[in-house]
Amino acid sequence: MTATLDATPTVLRPHAEQLYAAELEQLAAADDLPRPPGWRLSPQAVVTYLLGDGKDVSAKYIGPRRLMEVAVATLATDRALLLLGVPGTAKTWVSEHLAAAVSGDSTLLVQGTAGTPEEAMRYGWNYARLLAEGPTAGAVVASPVMRAMRTGAIARIEELTRVPSDVQDTLLTILSEKTLPVPELGEEVQAVKGFNVIATANDRDRGVNELSSALRRRFNTVVLPVPGTVEEEVEIVAQRVASLGKALELPAVPDAISEIRRVVTVFRELREGLTADGRTKLKSPSGTLSTAEAISVMTSGMALASHFGDGTVRAADVAAGIRGAVVRDPVSDAVIWREYLETVARERDGWKDFYRAAREAE
Amino acid sequence: MSTDRVHVFGVRHHGPGSARALVRALDELKPDIILVEGPPEADGLVALAADERLEPPVALLAYPTNAAKGEQGRNASFWPFAVFSPEWQALRWAVSHDVPLRFCDLPAGHRFAARAAEPAGPLDGTTPADPAAEPGDLPEGEAAEEELRVDPIAGLAHAAGYDDPERWWEDVIEHRRDVPPFEAVAEAMAAVREVAPAISEDLVREAYMRQVLRAALKEGHQRVAVVCGAWHVPALAGDLPPAKDDAALLKGLPSIPATVTWVPWTHGRLASWSGYGAGVTAPGWYHHLFTAEDQPVERWLVGVAGVLRDEDLAVSSAHVIESARLADTLAVLRGRPVPGLAEVTEATRAVLCEGDDTRLELVQRRVVVGERLGAVPPDAPAVPLARDLDATARRLKLNQQALVTDHDLDLRKSNDLDRSRLLHRLRLLGVGWGTPVQRKSGKGTFWESWQLQWHPEYAVDLIAASAYGTTVEQAATAKAVEAAADADLAALTGLLESCLLAQLPAAQPAVLRRLSDRAAVDTDVAQLMAAVPALARTLRYGDVRATSTDALAEVLTGLVTRIRLGLPGALTGLDDDAARAMRIHLDATHEALSLLAERLPLRTEWLDTLARLVDRPDLPGLLAGRLLRLLRDAGTLDADAAELRLARALTVGVPPVTAAGYVEGFLSGGGLLLVHDEALLALTDRWLSGLAPDVFTAVLPLLRRTFAAFAAPERRAVGEQVRRLGSGGTRPQSDVDDVELDPARVARVLPTLELLLAAGRGAR
Repeated sequence: MTATLDATPTVLRPHAEQLYAAELEQLAAADDLPRPPGWRLSPQAVVTYLLGDGKDVSAKYIGPRRLMEVAVATLATDRALLLLGVPGTAKTWVSEHLAAAVSGDSTLLVQGTAGTPEEAMRYGWNYARLLAEGPTAGAVVASPVMRAMRTGAIARIEELTRVPSDVQDTLLTILSEKTLPVPELGEEVQAVKGFNVIATANDRDRGVNELSSALRRRFNTVVLPVPGTVEEEVEIVAQRVASLGKALELPAVPDAISEIRRVVTVFRELREGLTADGRTKLKSPSGTLSTAEAISVMTSGMALASHFGDGTVRAADVAAGIRGAVVRDPVSDAVIWREYLETVARERDGWKDFYRAAREAE
Repeated sequence: MSTDRVHVFGVRHHGPGSARALVRALDELKPDIILVEGPPEADGLVALAADERLEPPVALLAYPTNAAKGEQGRNASFWPFAVFSPEWQALRWAVSHDVPLRFCDLPAGHRFAARAAEPAGPLDGTTPADPAAEPGDLPEGEAAEEELRVDPIAGLAHAAGYDDPERWWEDVIEHRRDVPPFEAVAEAMAAVREVAPAISEDLVREAYMRQVLRAALKEGHQRVAVVCGAWHVPALAGDLPPAKDDAALLKGLPSIPATVTWVPWTHGRLASWSGYGAGVTAPGWYHHLFTAEDQPVERWLVGVAGVLRDEDLAVSSAHVIESARLADTLAVLRGRPVPGLAEVTEATRAVLCEGDDTRLELVQRRVVVGERLGAVPPDAPAVPLARDLDATARRLKLNQQALVTDHDLDLRKSNDLDRSRLLHRLRLLGVGWGTPVQRKSGKGTFWESWQLQWHPEYAVDLIAASAYGTTVEQAATAKAVEAAADADLAALTGLLESCLLAQLPAAQPAVLRRLSDRAAVDTDVAQLMAAVPALARTLRYGDVRATSTDALAEVLTGLVTRIRLGLPGALTGLDDDAARAMRIHLDATHEALSLLAERLPLRTEWLDTLARLVDRPDLPGLLAGRLLRLLRDAGTLDADAAELRLARALTVGVPPVTAAGYVEGFLSGGGLLLVHDEALLALTDRWLSGLAPDVFTAVLPLLRRTFAAFAAPERRAVGEQVRRLGSGGTRPQSDVDDVELDPARVARVLPTLELLLAAGRGAR
């Protein structure tokens, strides 16, 4: 789910529309299909931007085409888009690129936290000017959502379910009436065509601040899945581990791919509750076991191998990490993990070392 | 030969657009005879289509009339029809306009004969009859041939730039409500067949179709309508080739007599995902497309919303509006003329189901596939399943009478064994002709008692069950496999036993597979333990009946491993009732594993697990006591170790109620231990006499429950021992010691005794 960078940025992390400006320009030039009002590209071109065309346009999202089609079609129908998924399924990544492609601006962002105030969704005041001038238009500090409404752009809200419920509900008028009243001024901001909202939420942390059904029905939901195949996931993990290893200045580890495959296999099997050969059912532990966690198990395994071992990642270096990721609930998950070891890992060819290491890590 | 008298309508089997276009075309043409692709043996059954009680989905079932036993099922073929099948619409049109209709495909008899000689791939529009058969079951050659078969629609779709042939056909043909598609289809197929080779089987079938067509023309019909798969159009349209070529092709074709009848069908079975080879993935959707007057997408979404509301899921009209908009936009984005099933499903997922796949699954099952069940009038020809039952019952001399009769079956006799199997199989099929009853007198595993009573409605049940297979054995196998799909653990073990009793070895692997899957995800150790005795029993009987039980042993081993791992967590935090239930599970599992000790080396591991648990302080007294008893009886703990633990449990540090539970757990199921182990008796006695009066009242019910379960002589023996303890005297010598034995005389008894004991062991 990462792409190689062709620009040499001076900032640590450039925005999507900066990084892929050339691609966006090229798509816009070649795009002769009708564009919805306020859109930089036609919906078809946005889908191409996300999935790549195999030539000049790189793939930003590796996964089912239909998901991106639904997401883009949702935005085209004026409906807000809710991207759901377990952590590490590229929700933020997709929302950033959607905003960059549709309105050329991915910066209108509200980061949802338990402390997100209403001002972040609506507007705040510049208190110095408020005191000096009284409530005037100049004293209003617009939120990213308000700015998006004015300019007809896409506003992004990250981790919507972390936002307190009363703050969430300020979105109701914005999404249904497409207007934001400013009663202090006796005015309102009416959204320009092209305005829309993309929210992301984590569907594992249920009950944090569950969306009210009134708000929920203003969103179309797209669930981003975990990678479809072992190969896809191994590739993603290997790529990310390599780049992370560089950033952390870990020495390059020569032959980690077999351990990556093992970690990914264990994670996938437990996540899906089924062995890779489809013959044995398994219980799934309470943890998410996302690709992101597989990446972190591998990086810590590499750190162990390079600092305390001979530099080669072995079963023992990842076993404890895997156990830590799997066993979140000390009682029920521990049983699941032991069951997995006894019924699957023990019998598998070439897994003797892993089985032994995992038993020792108990 | 003039061809303007012949009109060929190339359809897609089960295509609602084709069906609608066909009806319009027939209305316009007003043919005086219709020929439909299907087995000619079914010509006599056309008239039944006029009967309102013949309600689609139904299927024509053809089977060899005189097939050897067991062969029937494998050879049977089905031609399913839904209301949206063009063939069904042709049938309905013919009977309501009083126009003759004939089936023009190669007779089923030829196929059966050919199949008997050399197994060939399933034919167009037909599927193998055996519902239990999965693609993997096909012989290798058959599967390979199936793959090699050219799919003409796929060729056209690829040419049009579609990756999914189904979608292409939907866009181009099914979603067009205006233009009759038949000419375009004919042209396209002609182009495809120029490049794609027709396999010889097709050539023979088409030769036969042409022969039927020639016969119809010869009879002087002026407007002949031919309804067939699009693939065959080029072979039938235009000038017909000389008849003698076709005659030569068909000459000497082997044939065996075949019988055809109507059987009820379901949408689920029409759908390809239920394991049938050829079919449609979304019969519910097609049914809707065919029956909805207008606004198909909106009506569909309203229907979906209704299903979700029935499940108490909040779905508003606003949801429906938004999902319709999303479906439309998606169709535009994908460049399709109107939203198809794919778009509607995406919209349903994103809006109506709020991204929840579980809800979408419900929609798929209830609406997209649908649960429609067909019906067949009772005067349709008897189904082969009923005939098989009649024949078997006659052979076994069982009368299908409404009077209640009792039968005691001796399973050592082959006739009685067959009867038992038949009755067990029928019970699996839901035909409760026989009810197993407790035998009034006599005991032994080889006796089985049944009460027989035949109800007329069983005939209807048999028709319904006939879709599962053509013989009782085959249908019961398929039914058991289907039932296994969504049974819970307890039901599955029961099912497995039924399979053994009914002797359905073919069903066993599937049931076992489900059982092992279920066991893997079940977290309730008590449930897992409840499955053990039945499995152990099955394993032991399986040995007796010489069926292979390796797979079963593997499943049981896995099950016991899971129980051993989960047991420590399952024994704590139990209330009285749960502890008592768990004690029963413990005993049953222990006994089952002990009985199997010679067959499966699980007993040692099991005892290890118990030994590790016996000293845990947080166990309920009942269970701790029970564990101690099991281990002592098994010899894992010797008498001294057991006494030490009991002494520890019966001290002041332990609450009296817990201690009483311990005593109950330890002593229940036989008090002889107390009679023979004086140390234990003394311990118990000391503890009892040391209880304060009010505490004694509290534990009395528990103690009473424990001791009341002993047999009367045991109670008396215990009492006598206690009196001796109380008198302070040493234990008097037992009665046996008083008798003076004459070694010579004893020796004479020994061989007989040994014989008795050995015989007893053998019978076990």
